[in-house]
Amino acid sequence: MKLVLAGVELPLSDFSLRLDATLSAPVTGIFGPSGAGKTSLLDLLAGLRRAQTGRIELDGELLSDAARGLHLEPRYRRLGYVPQDGALFPHLSVRRNLLYGYRPELASAAMRFEAVLALLALEPLLERRIAHLSGGERQRVALGRALLCAPRLLLLDEPLSGLDAELKTRIVSYLRAIRRELGLPMLYVSHHAEEILELCDEVLILERGQLVERGSPALLLAPSTWPARSLESAS
Amino acid sequence: MLSPPEWQILGFSLAAAGGSTLLILAPGIVLSWWLARFRWPGKSLVETLVSLPLVMPPVATGFLLLRLLGRRGPFGSWLESLGIDVVFTWKAVVLAMAVMSFPLLVRTLRPAFEAVEPRLEQIARTLGAGGLRVFFTITLPLAARGVASGALLAFARALGEFGATVIVAGNIPGKTTTASVEIFHLIQLGKDAEALRLMGAMVVASFALLWLHEGWLRKPRLRR
Repeated sequence: MKLVLAGVELPLSDFSLRLDATLSAPVTGIFGPSGAGKTSLLDLLAGLRRAQTGRIELDGELLSDAARGLHLEPRYRRLGYVPQDGALFPHLSVRRNLLYGYRPELASAAMRFEAVLALLALEPLLERRIAHLSGGERQRVALGRALLCAPRLLLLDEPLSGLDAELKTRIVSYLRAIRRELGLPMLYVSHHAEEILELCDEVLILERGQLVERGSPALLLAPSTWPARSLESAS
Repeated sequence: MLSPPEWQILGFSLAAAGGSTLLILAPGIVLSWWLARFRWPGKSLVETLVSLPLVMPPVATGFLLLRLLGRRGPFGSWLESLGIDVVFTWKAVVLAMAVMSFPLLVRTLRPAFEAVEPRLEQIARTLGAGGLRVFFTITLPLAARGVASGALLAFARALGEFGATVIVAGNIPGKTTTASVEIFHLIQLGKDAEALRLMGAMVVASFALLWLHEGWLRKPRLRR
């Protein structure tokens, strides 16, 4: 995977998100305090927002180029977006949520319906209504739904937020399984250093829309740096 | 009990109100969704125009329709060239009801569309859905209660329509006489007993509609 963000600028309410970076790690973490522009970055990649300037490319394909007025519609981008609260469709069953964007003609064997059901243990939930799912079950369904649209890249926005420690461990094991068995690149947004350390190969640290540091999570987010990081987050 | 002509009047009123509701449902849904989701030039002008029949005297709205649809009116002459007569026919009844109930429909639908979480529509787009598919599979089903509620209120409003109808469709027995117009006519003739019977039927119909609306559609959604 090679994701290029060249001179990208997106004005937010009180600052602008500015990025110039090429990402190629299998799992890249986007770390920063709440309101740093992490979700806006994912929205930008998914095509839900338009950058004012700059160009975004994924594996050589142009997703957007502000200078030329190019903007590939979200539906053609094939990015699996798992938003923070899952954003499951409340009027549809789990099965119909999962099948909403299913692209069997594009899916590899490992990303076909039955395979994804097995990977995320979704079979027992299929006929359930969204209102009857627990937080962890919702996240699994949201993950499954994103995987089934045959994505080239998975965008994960705080997928563990609001879950207790035991559930977090389980979802992390599912994310590891996705990485191991599907080889699908991921962008993992979180403001919890331990999650990034556990899952990511590289981390980008965002503060007020600016990339302030990037590198190995073990170096940048080692437990010894946590107090400093959480102080920054609180400020 | 109602007499056969009274049953005919009641049946015609229900059919015309149903027809007018069907007529405005699709444009009402599209307009409300546009008002709820997009900003465009002239939006507040359209909002005001749509709501106008709500505050204008119904008789004045009826008179405006008469001038527009009469044979010498801008639309009337065009319709006449197509061989379509509207004024003083059942079509005028349906049209008057439609114009008078449209604002109520839009005012109920718009908040229903506003209440649909835009994030769900966005995520549907990332899953490969185009605009129409998002609308029909996410937006409309999630606003369905509001749509049913708006349609029911519009139907009830149409059923009670009098002022605009009587001006643009008149009171032609068996052709354009609605229950509201007939009640007015009977009172004028001093036939209070008949007026009361028809009024009773209207009270039952209106009560049933509102009861359905309040008791069923406005209950908090338990299934989600």
